[in-house]
Order: sequence, then C-alpha cells, then structure tokens
Amino acid sequence: MAIEDDVLVIGGGLAGATAALAAAEEGAQVRLVSYKQSTLRHASGLIDVLGYTPAGEGPLVDPFDALEGLPDGHPYERVGSEAVREALEFFDDIAGDAYDGAHTDANALVPTHGGTVKPTARYPASTAEGLASDDRDTLLVGFETLPDFEAPLAAAHLEAAGAPFAARGVTVRFPGLVRDDAKVTRYAHLLDHDEAVTTAAGETTARDALAETVRGHLEDETRVGFPAILGDDHAAEVRADLGDRLGVDVFEVPMGPPSLPGMRLEDLLYDALQEAGVRVTTGVPVVDYETDGDATRIDRVVVDRHGAEVPHRADQYVLATGGLVGKGVESERERVFEPIFDCHVPHASDRYEWFVDDVFGDQPYARFGLPVDRELRPLDAGDEPEFSNLRAAGAVLGGYDFAAEKSGSGVSLATGYVAGRRAGAEGGE
Amino acid sequence: MSDAEQPTDDGVPGDDEFEPIQVFPEAEDMDLRPGADDCYKCSTCDTNCPVAEVDDEFPGPKFQGPEQWRLKRQDDQDIDDSVMKCSNCMRCDSACPSDVPLSQMHNTARGEYVEEQMDKFSREYVRNRILANYRRLAPLGSMFPRTTNFVMGLSATQWLGEKVLGITGEREFPEFATETFREWWTKRGGAQVQNEDKRIAYFHGCYSNYNTPEVGKALVRVYEELGYEIMVPDQHCSGTPMFANGMLEDARRSAETNVRELGAAIEDGADIVASCSSCSMSLRQEYPELFDFEGTEAVAANTWDAVEYLRVHEDLEGELEGTSVGDEFENFAYHAPCHARNQGLDGQTMEVLAPIDGVEARDVGDSCSGISGTYGWKAENYETSMKIGDEMFDHMEEADAETGLTECPTCSMQMEHGTGYEITHTLEVLEAALVGSTEADSQ
Ligand SMILES: Cc1cc2nc3c(=O)[nH]c(=O)nc-3n(C[C@H](O)[C@H](O)[C@H](O)COP(=O)(O)OP(=O)(O)OC[C@H]3O[C@@H](n4cnc5c(N)ncnc54)[C@H](O)[C@@H]3O)c2cc1C
Ligand code: SF4
Ligand code: SF4
Repeated sequence: MAIEDDVLVIGGGLAGATAALAAAEEGAQVRLVSYKQSTLRHASGLIDVLGYTPAGEGPLVDPFDALEGLPDGHPYERVGSEAVREALEFFDDIAGDAYDGAHTDANALVPTHGGTVKPTARYPASTAEGLASDDRDTLLVGFETLPDFEAPLAAAHLEAAGAPFAARGVTVRFPGLVRDDAKVTRYAHLLDHDEAVTTAAGETTARDALAETVRGHLEDETRVGFPAILGDDHAAEVRADLGDRLGVDVFEVPMGPPSLPGMRLEDLLYDALQEAGVRVTTGVPVVDYETDGDATRIDRVVVDRHGAEVPHRADQYVLATGGLVGKGVESERERVFEPIFDCHVPHASDRYEWFVDDVFGDQPYARFGLPVDRELRPLDAGDEPEFSNLRAAGAVLGGYDFAAEKSGSGVSLATGYVAGRRAGAEGGE
Repeated sequence: MSDAEQPTDDGVPGDDEFEPIQVFPEAEDMDLRPGADDCYKCSTCDTNCPVAEVDDEFPGPKFQGPEQWRLKRQDDQDIDDSVMKCSNCMRCDSACPSDVPLSQMHNTARGEYVEEQMDKFSREYVRNRILANYRRLAPLGSMFPRTTNFVMGLSATQWLGEKVLGITGEREFPEFATETFREWWTKRGGAQVQNEDKRIAYFHGCYSNYNTPEVGKALVRVYEELGYEIMVPDQHCSGTPMFANGMLEDARRSAETNVRELGAAIEDGADIVASCSSCSMSLRQEYPELFDFEGTEAVAANTWDAVEYLRVHEDLEGELEGTSVGDEFENFAYHAPCHARNQGLDGQTMEVLAPIDGVEARDVGDSCSGISGTYGWKAENYETSMKIGDEMFDHMEEADAETGLTECPTCSMQMEHGTGYEITHTLEVLEAALVGSTEADSQ
C-alpha cells in the first residue's frame, strides 16, 4: 500500500503552499510534504511582484507594465500576466486583513531596516503606516540589543533618499531583556503575552515599559516605526496597544533574517492549508520516484522517514522544492542538478562560466533552475516534458533572478497558483 | 542577504565577502561534527526553539550547536553549561535549511559536559541520573504499585523530592499500573496469532509497560485483529531521557541491548513498531547518529511508528471506513508531539481518525508542550516548561473538546497537568473502532 491522494505537492514554501491551496480549491484531495522550513523565515514577508526589470531598470512604478516585456522562458512569461493577477487575488483572499496593497496595481514603497525603500506589491498590515509615500514625520526606534537595525542611520538614509517627510532615529534599551543576543521570538513573546518586566521604575508589563521608554523621545512625529519584532500570534493587538499608549500610529520596519513577518505569513498559509483540508507532512524529504511501466508518468514518490521509505502515490505532482538555498537545485563541481526527479537543469559545462567576477554583476547561477512549458511541466534537453504529471513552481524554476528583480514571492505565488490549479483540475477528475 | 534590503547581493547565504563558488559545497565531509561548517547563521533554528522564546538565559540552538563547536575547535574551550537548558525537543533539527545536525551536536555536547565538567556528587547529577534511569526504578515501583502510588502522592514525598533532589513538587507522579504490560502479555500466553508473513516486534518502552499498559494492549488488539503475529522482545529504555541528560554511557548500554534484541527480531522476519513517538525517534534517528553497534542501521531502517506502519502496510483507511466509536471518544484536542513532527507524523492522527464515525479531532497547532521528558520535572525548569506549554493549554481550551489526544507519554502528562483533561492515545481510539470496546473489555 502507498499513502494516496489526488495531488502531491513537494515543498512547503510560498510556492508549495500556494499550489496546495489552489489544487484543493479545485476539489482535489491534496497532500503537501516538506522537508525543512521554507525560505519564508528569511524573507521580509513582503510580496514583491517585480521591482526591477531583468535589465536592471527600476524601481518600477507599475510591475504589470513591465511583465509584458519579459524574455521568453521567464516564469511570468510562461504563465502570462493574467495569471499573475489571479494569483494575487487568490493571495488577497487568503491573507484578508493581514495584508495591504490590493487597491492598486502600482508598487508600494516600504522603508527597510537599512533606510532604503523597497518596491513591493503587497505588504503586511504591520508596515502599512510606514509607507514612504506618506508624508507624515517619522520617529524610528531601534534597540541596543538588535544591532541589525540602527535607527538613526536608517532615518538619515531615508532623508538622504529624498523621502517626503522628516525622519529621526533613536536607540533605546528594550525593557526586560538582559541577553545581548536575544532571539527575535523572545521579543515577540514578551510583547505577545505582555509579560511582567522589571525596570528602573519597578515592576510593570512589557508593552507598558516599552511605551514608557519611547514616550520621552517622541517630539512632533505622528508615527513611530519599530523593527519587526512587535508580537507574533497577537501582532495586531501589540501594535494597536502601543499606538494607544503613545498616541501615534505604530508600524514595523521589515528586518533581515530571521524575520517575524515571514513567520507570520508562514502561519497564515499553514492555517489556510489546515482549513482547506490539505494533508500536511513535515520534517521528512521526498528522495526518489518510481514509474509504473509508462516511463513518462510518475507513479509514486518515496518519502524517507528516518530510514524507513514510505511510498506516496498521487495522480498529479507539483515540485516546489526551492532553489539553491531550499535545496531544490543542487550543485557539485561538475554539474547542477535537480535531486528528486533528475530533471534537466541547463548550465554551462565549465563551472567558471557559472558566475562572473563582479559580485554585483549579472550572475548566471542566479538563473539556474528548471525550464518549463506553459503548463509548467519541466522540460528535458530536447524541450519535451520530462513527465506528463509533474509540474514545477517557485524558486526551483530557472530563467529569472529573484534577488536582482525583486520578484521572488510573486513568481512563487503565480507559478504555485497555476501549477496547483492545473494539477488540481486534472488530479481531481 | 535579506530581501528587506536593496543591494542585489541578497538571496545568497554567506559572508559579506561573498564568493560565488561558496554556493557550491565540496563533497568531502568534515571531521566529527561535519555540520559546524554548513551553518550559514541564518538563525532559523533559533526562531524555532521553544526554550529560547521564553527563557532569557538560554542562548539558543545556533550557539549550542555550530557556534560552540567552532569555538571548541579553535581553543581549548569548555562546553557552556547552558547546554543543560536545552530540552532536546529537536525542533531545531527540522528547521535548519542547511542540514546542520543540531540535535546530534547537542547530545554530544551534553554528554561531554556531564562526563567532564559535572560534579558526580552534586545534587543535580544524582537527580538527573535518577530521572534518566526511570526504567531502573520503575520495576520497584510496579512491584508494589498501590503502595508506591500512595507514597508518591504524599505531599511530604513531593516536598522531599523538591528539597532534596530538585524534582518539582508541582507535578503529580505518574501512577504505576497494577499489572505491567509484560505481565499481562505473559499471562495471556503471548501472541495469539501466528503468521510468518505478517510479523512485528513491539517496542513498548517504559511508559506503556509500567504506567499505561492500556496503550500496549490496544496495540496488540489492533494488530492481531489485522492478522499480525506480535513479538515482544526483551528491551531497555529507548535512551531518550538519557540523551537529554547527557548520560551517554547509560544510553549506550540500553541501546546495545535494544539493538541486539530488536536486530534478532528483524532476523526473524519482524519489523519493529513503537507506540511512543520519542522511542521511535530515538531508534530511528539518535541511535545511528550516536552509536555504531552492528545492526544499528538495520534497526533504524526497520523501525516504524505503530500507526504509520499500518497505513503503509494495510488499507487502514478502508478498514476504518464506516466504523464508529462510543461517546467517550467524541471530541478530541489533538497535540502532535515534537518528536512525531520530526518523523513526518504531524498530520497522521487527524487523517487516520477522519473516516471513523463519531470522532471529531481538532489539531491544536504546532506549539511545543514544554515538558520534553524529564526537562519539566526539574524544579529549575518547571516555570519555563509551563510558559512554553501555555500556548498549547490555551489552544486546547479554545478547541471544542474536553479530552486530549497525543502519542507521547510526557506530552500527555503536561496536557493533563495544564488543563485537567483526560488524555488518550491514538491506538486506543483505533482499538475502539476496529475491535470494539466490549470485546476489549472482556479480554
Ligand atoms: C537568504 C534569502 C534571501 C531572500 N531574499 C528574497 C528577496 O530579496 N525577495 C524575495 O521576494 N524573496 C527572497 N527570498 C526567498 C523567497 O522567499 C523565495 O524566492 C521564494 O519564496 C521561494 O519559495 P519557494 O516556495 O519556491 O521555495 P522555498 O521557500 O525555498 O521552499 C522550498 C521548500 O521545499 C522543501 N524541500 C526541498 N527539498 C525537498 C524534498 N526533497 N522533499 C520535500 N521537501 C523539500 C524545503 O525544505 C522548503 O521548505 C530569499 C530567500 C533567502 C533564503
Ligand atoms: S538553521 Fe542551520 S544554518 Fe541556520 S543558523 Fe541554525 S544551524 Fe545555522
Ligand atoms: S532541541 Fe529544542 S530546546 Fe534544544 S536547542 Fe533545539 S529547539 Fe531548543
């Protein structure tokens, strides 16, 4: 016996979760198998569609304008711009109040922890009051124990970058924390549970103490930005509470990894998966596959559960195992390859052609990944589908450079959505 | 490397002086702790650590693992004593995108710490040794179960435990059953089904032997109902509490017995099944990571979770279709133990129970119960343990159910302790559905 479903999604990142949700919406019985946690925990939680063109033009005001001009083989070109819109709507439904930005096609400009602004299509509600297009004066608050966010420097950068408001930054001590290297989850937990903390003024609660610490620094500003550590499970409440106490709007500045907004997005997606009846298996990898007579059709895949090999069978499969970081694409000295199905990954045979010396240059390895047809089926060296019932989505795809284009989440969403929809429609038959 | 930033060098792990060729790992493995070099400091592990989330003094898995090993390699550094604050929940293991073997590093570091730095006459050492070697004391307790339960329940005993040994007085000691699983098994005359083709060896572990034999009995009835011949080989503690307390030598002795006995059962054509998720975790992952007796790999590869085994080898869904259970199993708040998550068993119980009529199970989410075996029994950890458990207690109370469900004996203690609910094991629900409770009662 194998464990059986209509659709099996391999990989639990943004692409995999979206694919599973889209397939479930088609009425299919879906299972998602994911080995490790996804890159969402590193990402800012912003949903970038396209910030820069592959040629480096930007920041783009309207990403949809630029979608039409993308080169052949780019994941957006494969699915078409209508699918990108549908995928964003699909996301908006899932995210509900937790995300903003759906009211316009234009990119929003979100200040980041370095004081730059980032063009993005959807942003967590926690960042909404901080948008750079809003001209209210801003106080940024950093913490001594969080060196990744230097508020005064970030404020200076924002002003130098021509932000239409005055920005000021202060650095304070986070009340109640003694560790210099406390985890971001520790800050969030203190605020979520409004735990008791001891300050110079005596025993109080974390939110109270934080508001008290910041109050003295506030001048005429009507909004205050904190690094993105304001709660995890109760983030909206923490933000509102701090805002009430300070009498201003409070927002979060997205941070580098590990990122709470990324974790909150992960939670949101996994709650939605549970809601949709998707069966989720985590902590174990898919390691192999088997065909059954017909070599162009995957019959089952093998999940390695600490040595025991458990077969999982489905009618349709979606491969969403990520890129070089997610381990969906691997490399050795001699070759670059996709480890589960050994799908074709085009790359120069000489490894010294995989990168260029200029670190900021146009890196070929950044585009490594699977070429696919318009159905998102991986193609072999002869441009034929590798398997009739396998689709691929997200960072495992080739032909784009998410870091340079600022397109990571958008591509994962759009391709996950399309792959999931198609797999669900076929698998649920 | 953050996508919150503008420069286009992000998206790639590594140092600031990023060198593209670093993205491509070399094939050769490093020495004892290969993983230290694989860590690219992304801190994903830290964000998963339930202890670091509530305890300001714990530096987190990244420090306990790769950073500590790096330091040790460079100078003659001692193991940091904070390693004893790690609960061995192994959540960090399944977090790391770079396959750093965090729990293996922690287990080894704890072993070294206890071996070389801990005073063998200290109260802490003695207490830990007692807690880790529960199995050695349990036979005594179960010889006179009623007396033991009575004495253990006395507040004076609890007070003494706390003052003398540092075992928290807040918890109720688990009760000893009046008849152990093995006594029951012998009394009924061992296996009642013979079958050369379908044979399993049951690793019952300490808890279902001494404290909850009903779980072991449920397993026997379910498996026999489906035509399996059951073996119950001699066995020792799986070692989980010993790893967690750095008693690697004790663990090694137990593991040696287990590997020998279970290996022999495999030779006899049996697969190994366990009803406790920490036991199966230990046999499957920790043994091969820490020991290399002959047969360790074979035992790991042939060990299964009891329900998982049936799903793969039987049409369990088909068997359960249309079955029903009584009112006592109506509504469950289900908690997936950390050690079940790590084995990819997180969604299993919900799936398996779905076809049974009258069972409504609600998953209470992915928080850690916080007790982690012996961890939450130590007076100095009690508060941390309950703080971690808070989220689970809240979710259990929010769920529309008054009975808890889980596969880990210590999680079940914590669930009961935090909510006052009765806690059941999945195998007991399967027994009710497949065998029926009347039949089970009469056996
Ligand atoms: C350091 C860093 C910086 C980033 N910067 C940006 C940025 O600037 N902008 C942006 O938009 N995005 C950024 N991202 C990531 C962005 O989140 C990704 O582009 C996108 O979300 C990829 O999603 P995915 O679902 O395709 O893959 P991933 O999130 O990588 O998920 C892949 C999943 O597949 C699982 N998996 C792999 N192999 C197996 C297997 N054999 N069996 C089962 N499961 C398997 C993995 O464990 C993982 O959970 C960054 C990511 C990293 C790591
Ligand atoms: S998750 Fe892995 S790579 Fe990241 S910091 Fe932890 S050990 Fe290092
Ligand atoms: S095993 Fe658990 S407690 Fe220990 S470091 Fe890892 S996540 Fe933290």
